[in-house]
Amino acid sequence: MFRRLPEIETALKTAETVAFTIDGRPASARAGDSVAAALLANGVVACRNMPVSGAARGPYCMMGVCFDCLVTIDGTGNRQGCQVRVAPGMAVETQNGKREVER
Amino acid sequence: MSAPNSSYDFDIAVVGAGPAGLAAAALAASNGASVVLLDEQAEPGGQIYRAVTETPVRDRKVLGPDYWHGAELLGPLRDSGAVHWPGSTVWSVARPREDGPDGQRSIQIGLSRDGAAAMLTVRHVILATGALERPFPIPGWTLPGVLGAGAAQVLLKTSGLVPSGATVMAGSGPLLWLLAWQYLQAGARIDAILDTTPKENWRAALPLLPGFLRSPYLGKGMKLMLEVRRKLTVIGNVTALRAEGGVGSGGNEGVLKSVVYTRNGTEHRLPADTLLLHHGVVPNLNLANATGCAQRWDEQQRCWRPTTDEWGATSVEGVSLAGDGAGIGGARAAEEAGRLTALDALHRLGRIGREQRDRSAAPFRAALDRALTGRAFLDTLYTPAEAFRVPADDTIVCRCEEITAGAVREAVRLGCSGPNQAKSFLRCGMGPCQGRLCGPTVTEVIAAERGISPAEVGYYRLRPPVKPITLAELAALPKTDADIDAVFKH
Ligand SMILES: Cc1cc2nc3c(=O)[nH]c(=O)nc-3n(C[C@H](O)[C@H](O)[C@H](O)COP(=O)(O)OP(=O)(O)OC[C@H]3O[C@@H](n4cnc5c(N)ncnc54)[C@H](O)[C@@H]3O)c2cc1C
Ligand code: FES
Repeated sequence: MFRRLPEIETALKTAETVAFTIDGRPASARAGDSVAAALLANGVVACRNMPVSGAARGPYCMMGVCFDCLVTIDGTGNRQGCQVRVAPGMAVETQNGKREVER
Repeated sequence: MSAPNSSYDFDIAVVGAGPAGLAAAALAASNGASVVLLDEQAEPGGQIYRAVTETPVRDRKVLGPDYWHGAELLGPLRDSGAVHWPGSTVWSVARPREDGPDGQRSIQIGLSRDGAAAMLTVRHVILATGALERPFPIPGWTLPGVLGAGAAQVLLKTSGLVPSGATVMAGSGPLLWLLAWQYLQAGARIDAILDTTPKENWRAALPLLPGFLRSPYLGKGMKLMLEVRRKLTVIGNVTALRAEGGVGSGGNEGVLKSVVYTRNGTEHRLPADTLLLHHGVVPNLNLANATGCAQRWDEQQRCWRPTTDEWGATSVEGVSLAGDGAGIGGARAAEEAGRLTALDALHRLGRIGREQRDRSAAPFRAALDRALTGRAFLDTLYTPAEAFRVPADDTIVCRCEEITAGAVREAVRLGCSGPNQAKSFLRCGMGPCQGRLCGPTVTEVIAAERGISPAEVGYYRLRPPVKPITLAELAALPKTDADIDAVFKH
């Protein structure tokens, strides 16, 4: 579980917030957050299930190495959440297993 | 030297906008070369100076003065006229079959930018791809809630996020202490630091102490460590670690719940919502490896590193390397190495003579030597314990394909002789991360099982694309007349 530093929390009250959705639920993040950071800031520690065992996974490296942060963003699967910035209105979905065909 | 003839043609491409790449690009461009600086991150800075232009952490004492030095590299880059393309992932560096039209060397770079693939043509490439955290395989390290300490630091720098529940840090190395110190400055919660530095390492490191005592970082590092030790619970001599899952305190299932550690032969359990692991860093050599650069096993740093000369030149003509990607030396060393590499590239492109190169290099080389002083002591002291490099059978080594150390050992007994064979035996290293995370562990496990050195076992032979790209992206590549001819004529 992660929280913002207080000075940043205060700044967020005034501006810089981005509204997006996680599995259809409204959520908000700071402009500049990666999708993976935005999930963690909203209490979502697991962002996908493994295709092999079904085990839950969450971001591990935050630098594009591990691919444990894979999520579906605006309908496209297998996006690396730590490498994409959250944008207003973005629909982020946690990913179940493999990327789906055509997504 | 011909002027760039399109927006996709440059004298030099620098891959990576960390200290090495920023310094290299600025120096090369300010000497008149056309330079493009490519980095997959949205902002310059690399790992150490991550988000330095836009971090929400405004209180300068939280991240410390070393971090803010990064901002000083940006002005020279801007003034140099180098083109900076953030958000560009380089997935291939290849020489075309024939030389360019006027006999010049031409190298093709494949990259992804804004979801579309593009090819660049350049005459020299400087790879400054930096480091990544060494894998730290322990049972349960795949549970959500377990992250790298470097990952946690990225969250702090880019988003001002710190752990909120029960937090345990574990491992060894300077970056672990730095993060603990930054968390202290930020008022973040840390319940315990589990120090896994093996006692025996001190004996091996002591003879190297005199060099370290001359190091410019000694004072800074000691101050930081003493402060952390004074204010936090540090538990030393930890010889085994395990993360256990369950229903977390946030109500999620299958996430981290506790950390079990062994000290003096006794097991202890700590409740934990977040476990931050760190074990030092290793060169990020995927791109260099896939480009065909020779590499060698470095026993002191216990990792593979591409082979370079004192100017960063690799075994592939026209491709050089600077910074941690060529061997771990830290941020200041990376910056100086970047400048040396840029000077040599200018020389190879015929822009400056050998004498001018050598003369200009002298101050950078002296600074590089200074920055590397004491490194051997740190490398030796923080060599990770064997138990954490060569994990027990039940530990997952390949996170993507969920392959355990036991499965790798079983494959060795069936005749698997190295990491490349492990791919076909087990799909180990064949997932989306393409062996980045399991490579060092797989080499070490196979070496230990066969009773030979990692140097003999070898490493994954990588192929472009070094990052997965979609067929749609590739198909959308603009085609040249030559591409179309190639299809119609043959
Ligand atoms: C997560 C992490 C945090 C660290 N934090 C610190 C710290 O706080 N203090 C410290 O002293 N040291 C830190 N280090 C060690 C540190 O990496 C270095 O000493 C320093 O950053 C090395 O500089 P560099 O220029 O060689 O590479 P880096 O700073 O690592 O920069 C490399 C850059 O290359 C880019 N890149 C890599 N591959 C590609 C590709 N295929 N396409 C496009 N771009 C690519 C990366 O995005 C990155 O921006 C950290 C290391 C890691 C892994
Ligand atoms: S968290 Fe590792 S790739 Fe995104």
